[in-house]
Amino acid sequence: MSLRTLLATTGLLIATAGAAAASGTLVYCSEGSPEGFDPALYTSGTTFDASSQTVYSRLVEFKTGTTEVVPGLAESWEVSEDGLEYTFKLRGDIPFHTTSFFTPSRTFNADDVIFTFERQLKDDHPFHTASGGTWEYFDGMSMGDLIASIEKVDDLTVKFKLNRTEAPFIANLAMDFASILSAEYADSLAAAGTPEMLNQEPVGTGPFQFVAYQKDAVIRYTKNPAYFRDGLPKLDNLIFAITPDASVRYQKLQAGECHVMPYPNPADLAEMSDSEDIVLKEQEGLNVGYLAYNTQVAPFDNPVVRKALNMAIDKQAIIDVVFQGAGQVAKNPIPPTMWSYNEAVTDDAYDPEAAKAMLAEAGVSDLDMKIWAMPVQRPYNPNARRMAELMQADFAKVGVDVEIVSYEWGEYLDRSKDVDRDGAVLLGWTGDNGDPDNFLAVLLGCDGVGGSNRAQWCYEPFEDIIQKAKTSSDPAERTALYEEAQVIFKDQAPWATIAHSVVFMPLRPEVEGYVVHPLGSHIFTEVSLAE
Amino acid sequence: MLRYLLSKLMTFVPTFIGVTLISFVFIRALPGDPIIVMAGERGITPERYDELRTQFGFDQPIYIQFWDYLTGVLQGDLGTSFVTKKPVWDEFFALFPATLELSLCAIILAVLIGVPAGIIAATKRGKFLDRALMSTALIGYSMPIFWWALLLIIVFSGNLGWTPVSGRIDLLYFFPAHTGFMLIDSLLSGQDGAFGSAVKHLILPSIVLATVPLAVIARQTRSAMLEVLSEDYIRTARAKGLAPARVNGVHALRNAMIPVVTVIGLSVGTLLAGAILTETIFSWPGIGKWMVDSIFRRDYPVVQGGLLLVAVAVMVVNLVVDLLYGLINPKIRKR
Repeated sequence: MSLRTLLATTGLLIATAGAAAASGTLVYCSEGSPEGFDPALYTSGTTFDASSQTVYSRLVEFKTGTTEVVPGLAESWEVSEDGLEYTFKLRGDIPFHTTSFFTPSRTFNADDVIFTFERQLKDDHPFHTASGGTWEYFDGMSMGDLIASIEKVDDLTVKFKLNRTEAPFIANLAMDFASILSAEYADSLAAAGTPEMLNQEPVGTGPFQFVAYQKDAVIRYTKNPAYFRDGLPKLDNLIFAITPDASVRYQKLQAGECHVMPYPNPADLAEMSDSEDIVLKEQEGLNVGYLAYNTQVAPFDNPVVRKALNMAIDKQAIIDVVFQGAGQVAKNPIPPTMWSYNEAVTDDAYDPEAAKAMLAEAGVSDLDMKIWAMPVQRPYNPNARRMAELMQADFAKVGVDVEIVSYEWGEYLDRSKDVDRDGAVLLGWTGDNGDPDNFLAVLLGCDGVGGSNRAQWCYEPFEDIIQKAKTSSDPAERTALYEEAQVIFKDQAPWATIAHSVVFMPLRPEVEGYVVHPLGSHIFTEVSLAE
Repeated sequence: MLRYLLSKLMTFVPTFIGVTLISFVFIRALPGDPIIVMAGERGITPERYDELRTQFGFDQPIYIQFWDYLTGVLQGDLGTSFVTKKPVWDEFFALFPATLELSLCAIILAVLIGVPAGIIAATKRGKFLDRALMSTALIGYSMPIFWWALLLIIVFSGNLGWTPVSGRIDLLYFFPAHTGFMLIDSLLSGQDGAFGSAVKHLILPSIVLATVPLAVIARQTRSAMLEVLSEDYIRTARAKGLAPARVNGVHALRNAMIPVVTVIGLSVGTLLAGAILTETIFSWPGIGKWMVDSIFRRDYPVVQGGLLLVAVAVMVVNLVVDLLYGLINPKIRKR
């Protein structure tokens, strides 16, 4: 069905509901257009907000505002003794959305779970390539290697068999790419010869139903009256008004043209917090910005040299200048909102004199090095060039001469992986599933050398610990292991940990129940509007 | 006239092929691999990378890729966006009416103010009015668009509350997009106040987008008028005792119009390519932002197809301008 027909059929409904429903209509000034509506195909938060967080649900979900995993479409699950079999008991009587383009004939069951994952897992699945299939997250989280098979035990029971034990598996299933799609809808699209519509007109079991998307302008949703969490969602309608410019979002918020806006300009924060028309919520982001040395190239293969350079960086100045206060100094490679964060670790003190002495002790003099500055803005690093300049000045004070280099973003990502890379790289990471493994193993594990481990750092005592933590299902044991890993990390200093950003969300005072989510999603399920 | 039209149309063919080739080569000449950009910080396995290369056809020699693209274009298939997985054609036509509507409003505004301002300045040459108008035009020409747009929003939307901040229509209105032109669709919808809302939303972006062309048109009109006003036949007309309004408005203006129409045509061409800043600031869903985003994402099919379609639109505008020359000056069409 074309957008035009869709608009024609649903237009009347909304138009007549118009003013009457306005009290229950929340307008969210989103920062950009979704790339599509099938969350498994993409990695951007903008797309997830518009698809997985509104239209879809997952077997297990993150409790809003936390990284705690709670039951979703699965009401319970059991893990076998050996940790290789996960059996999910599904909720019954959960209908998929009835929309102008699809009317389901059955409720959610095991077939939908199998469809959702097999299309990503199996090369010969008819939907594997239907949408130009690029299963970034499924592959990125190594789900393909991990899952041996998915079996339907009965209509409401599904069993996942794994190839190896993997403690973060449950948390992975709460991620956006694991959003459950309707197998029946997919079949009907395939029969109609339009499988690509799965990515354009979504049908899920989530809190809001998709109504229409006008490219680069507006996305409209209406309440899912049969949502499985009682009393939710509280809003009748949800509208995403796509507004790419942060200053304009702020103006719209002030003018009452929208209720919530993400990603304010740091420069506007002071004025926002003074304004009576705006409530400014904040939370530490689940991210880290770092400078990764190449630990395989001399003299950076010497931990003393890395430690000395870390002590030469004035991180507070970076927070003040680059983050304009919207950040906090990072001492560990994982953010403080994550479980197992080791409070006891002490950060390297800013001490240029001591740093100079340590470099001399290590026999390093007249050191020339490169610092790579990213060409793009990220929450964990809003201005890499400026950050690199500050570091350049800091390092000059200890006699280290820095040349700043940069490449186009794709080139940057690619070249920085090189094991023989010349220079230290500014980069960062935003958590996917709230599990420390997602930071420590991905970014610092031996498997990541030549890839996501930009420090090219493979250190056996550290590797042993994170591998052990990966296979343990005891949370207390895992916590203790990760705490120890952070101590080793600090001692070996493969990175200079720079900052964790602070996420700010300005909203109108009438918005009630909005919680800033640590994983960066913007979720409206529990939000309501005061009269 | 028909022959004139045909000869103009003939020039379309080499231009079309040239644009197809240039857009194909240029986007590939940029550093950055679309697959790597798509994967982002998370990276991609080598097997997956190879799979995608095959899927996107990058494993083929470049001339085969071009040949496939060209044959596709000739059959009306501009390819599918790597990112949204939608046909480029569909995306373009979902967005282009917004760009066209805004461009037309802006150019109409620029002509309605710019041409009279230029005429007045020329007839009052050296006087206060002339200086005031031309200084204003110079300011308009050199104004940073981003700053100017935000200033207008803060004053008229923020402080005075006269106009909406951004968008094409109030979000409460929701009706089928029959034509993609909000002014027309809002009228067709029959909903109370929809048309008024669409007009209100057009005011600030039209002013911002019209600013530079307005300044250029005013200055061009002035200099063209000045040149014509010093011609012998104008002196003759004045000597005959014709009213100044008739001399300036009929005798002088018609002959001064050729360079002015050229400038207007060029301005329309520029506007049709999308006004990235204006579109971004006013959240205007047009093709400017779409194209720029696609370049950053290395979305080859969108960049190639978008450039091609924009080029066609600009060629059509140029054709119209050429035909207008003929209407204004019969000597041209008889050539």
